[in-house]
Amino acid sequence: MLDASEGYTTEDGRKIGGVVMEMKNITLRFGGVVAIKDISFDIREGEIRAIIGPNGAGKSSMLNVISGFYVPQEGEVFFHGKKRPQMRPYEVARQGIARTFQNIALFEGMSVLDNVMTGRLNYMKTGLFQQALWKGKAEQEETENREAVEKIIDFLEIQHIRKTPVARLPYGLKKRVELARALAAEPKLLLLDEPMAGMNVEEKEDMSRFILDVNDEFGTTIALIEHDMGVVMDLSDRVVVMDYGKKIGDGTPDEVRSNQAVIDAYLGVSHD
Amino acid sequence: MPDSLLFGTEVVLNGLMAGVLYALVALGFVLIYKASGIFNYAQGVMALFAAMTLYGIMVGQVPFSHLINAIFGTHIHHFGWEIPAILAIIVTVVVMVAFAWLVQQYIFRHLVGQEPIILFMATIGLAYFLEGVADLMWGSEIKALDVGLPQGGSFWIEENTQWLGMGNENFYGFFLDQLDLIATVIAAVLVIALVAFSQYTKQGRAMRAVADDHQAALSVGINLNFIWVLVWSVAGFVALVAGIVWGSKSGVQFSLSLIALKALPVLMLGGFTSIPGAIVGGLIIGVGEKLFEFALGPALGGATENWFAYVLALVFLVFRPQGLFGEKIIERV
Ligand SMILES: Nc1ncnc2c1ncn2[C@@H]1O[C@H](COP(=O)(O)OP(=O)(O)OP(=O)(O)O)[C@@H](O)[C@H]1O
Ligand SMILES: [Mg+2]
Repeated sequence: MLDASEGYTTEDGRKIGGVVMEMKNITLRFGGVVAIKDISFDIREGEIRAIIGPNGAGKSSMLNVISGFYVPQEGEVFFHGKKRPQMRPYEVARQGIARTFQNIALFEGMSVLDNVMTGRLNYMKTGLFQQALWKGKAEQEETENREAVEKIIDFLEIQHIRKTPVARLPYGLKKRVELARALAAEPKLLLLDEPMAGMNVEEKEDMSRFILDVNDEFGTTIALIEHDMGVVMDLSDRVVVMDYGKKIGDGTPDEVRSNQAVIDAYLGVSHD
Repeated sequence: MPDSLLFGTEVVLNGLMAGVLYALVALGFVLIYKASGIFNYAQGVMALFAAMTLYGIMVGQVPFSHLINAIFGTHIHHFGWEIPAILAIIVTVVVMVAFAWLVQQYIFRHLVGQEPIILFMATIGLAYFLEGVADLMWGSEIKALDVGLPQGGSFWIEENTQWLGMGNENFYGFFLDQLDLIATVIAAVLVIALVAFSQYTKQGRAMRAVADDHQAALSVGINLNFIWVLVWSVAGFVALVAGIVWGSKSGVQFSLSLIALKALPVLMLGGFTSIPGAIVGGLIIGVGEKLFEFALGPALGGATENWFAYVLALVFLVFRPQGLFGEKIIERV
C-alpha cells in the first residue's frame, strides 16, 4: 500500500497511480468530542475516493483536516510522499488542493463569472505595480485566465448564468458554481463535501456525470463525501466508511457493501 | 435671481465640499468593516496620527523628543532639516503600512472569530493608545500643515459665476474655497483609484473575496492575514488623505479625531458596507447640515450643525435601518 509506484486498474479499465495523499493515524478532538479516532487511509492518483458514514461520523472533519481547516491533535499527512508540515488552509489550496463545502461557501455578492475567476487568483502572477505600469502583460494574463474560466463554465454547462449574481441562483446551480470555482484552480486533488446533497434526481445525475467527466478528462483525483449509496457505488473506485469517528471499512464499493461492520452501522442509524 | 436661491445654492456647494471630508473618513470605515467586520473606531485618530506624522517629518521634528530629553537630559527637538512634502508623504505612507502590519500582527490576528463588540472594544483601545503615541511622538500643539495645497477663495469661480445673479447687486458670484475644490478632486481620484484597484487587480479581487466570505476566500488560496494588512494599509492611506485635507484647512490638532464621530451618521445613511453609500452619505450630511443651518438655524438658536447629522441618522435608523444602499434585511424564519 505504501509503495507510491504501485497502482491498480479499475473495473472500467482506468489506470490508478501511486498514493497522492496519505492520512496516517489521524485523531481530531473538539473538547470532549472525538471527531476522528486514529484513522489512516490513502488517496491514489486518478481515483475517485468516497468517504461515507452516518451523520456526525466525522466525514466533513476529515475533509477539513485534508484541506487544512482543522488541525488534528495527532497523526501525519503525507502529500506526494512528503510529510506535510502544519499548514494554513490557503497554503494547502496553493499546493493544488481545491474543495467545496457542505454548506456552500460562495461569494454571494459576485457574479458566477467573478466567483469562478477567484479560483484563478493563484495563477495571477503580475504584481500590483506591474499591473499599473505594464498593461500588456497584465492583459495577456487576464485573457489566459478568462479563457481557462470560460472553458470550465462551458464544461459545467453554466454559460447561461455567467453574469448572474450568485445570490439569485437556486441551490443546485450554486453547488455547480462552487464546483466550477474549485476546478478553475486546476487542482491536483479535488475535495467535494456532499456535492449532491439537497438535489433532485435529475440534478444528481448531472452532477454525477460532471464528476466522472472531470476525473476522466482532466485526470483529477477526487475525494468526495456522499450520503446517497447508489451514487457512491456508481462513482467511486474505493470507499472509506466512518462511524463515530472510527474507520469501519475501506475498499471497493462491493467489498464495503458486504462488510458486516458497515451493514451494522447503517442499520437503524438515521441518515438521509 | 432672488437672493435666497443664489445663497442657497452657495450653501449647497459649500455643503458638498464639507461632505467630501466626511465621505473620506467614512470610506476608511467601510473598507475595514467590509473586509473584516471590524468597526474601526480608531479611523479618525489614524487621520490625526497620519497628519501629525506627515507634519513632523516635513519639518524635521525628532520623534519622541520630549521623552528622549526627559530621560537623557538632552535638548533635541529638530533634526535641522526640512523635507519636501511629496517625499514626506511617501515616508508617511510607509509609516501607515507599518502601522497596519502592527495592528494586524499584534491585535486582530489574535481576535479572529470574536464577537463584533469585542473587535469594536479593541479599536477603542487602539484609538486611545494611538492618540497617546501621537502625542508622545510629535507633541500636542496645533500644527499648521502646509503641503502646498492652494488656500483661500477661488476668484476665478467668483468672477465667472457673477452673471448668474442676473443683475442682482447683492451677488458677487459663488464663493468657494480652493482647498475645498482640491479636496473634492483628490477625493474623487481616490475613490476612482480604489474602485479600479478592487475591480481589476489580483489583490483587489482577493479583497472583495475576503469581504464576501472568509471560508470561501481561504479555499481559493487567499492569505487572510495579508489581505487584512492590505486593507488596514489602504484605510491608513485614506486616513492620511483626510488628515492632509483637514489639517491644511484647520491645522493638525487633536479635535481632528472627533471628525470620526461625524462619520458615524454618514455610515447610518450610507450603510456600513457600501463605498458609494459612504460618498453619497457624506455629501448628504454635508449639504444637509449646511442647508438646515442656513434655513432654520437662526430660528432654532443656531449651532444646529452640532446635532443635525445625528438626528438625521436617527430618523434613518427608524425608517430605513439598512441605509441608503444596503440590502433590505429580511429575517429568516
Ligand atoms: N468546528 C467544530 N467544533 C466542534 N465540534 C465539531 C466541529 N466540527 C465538527 N464537530 C463535531 O465533530 C463530529 C463530526 O462532525 P462532522 O461534521 O465531521 O460529521 P459528518 O460526518 O460530516 O456529518 P454529516 O453527515 O452530518 O455532515 C460531530 O460530533 C460534530 O458535532
Ligand atoms: Mg458533513
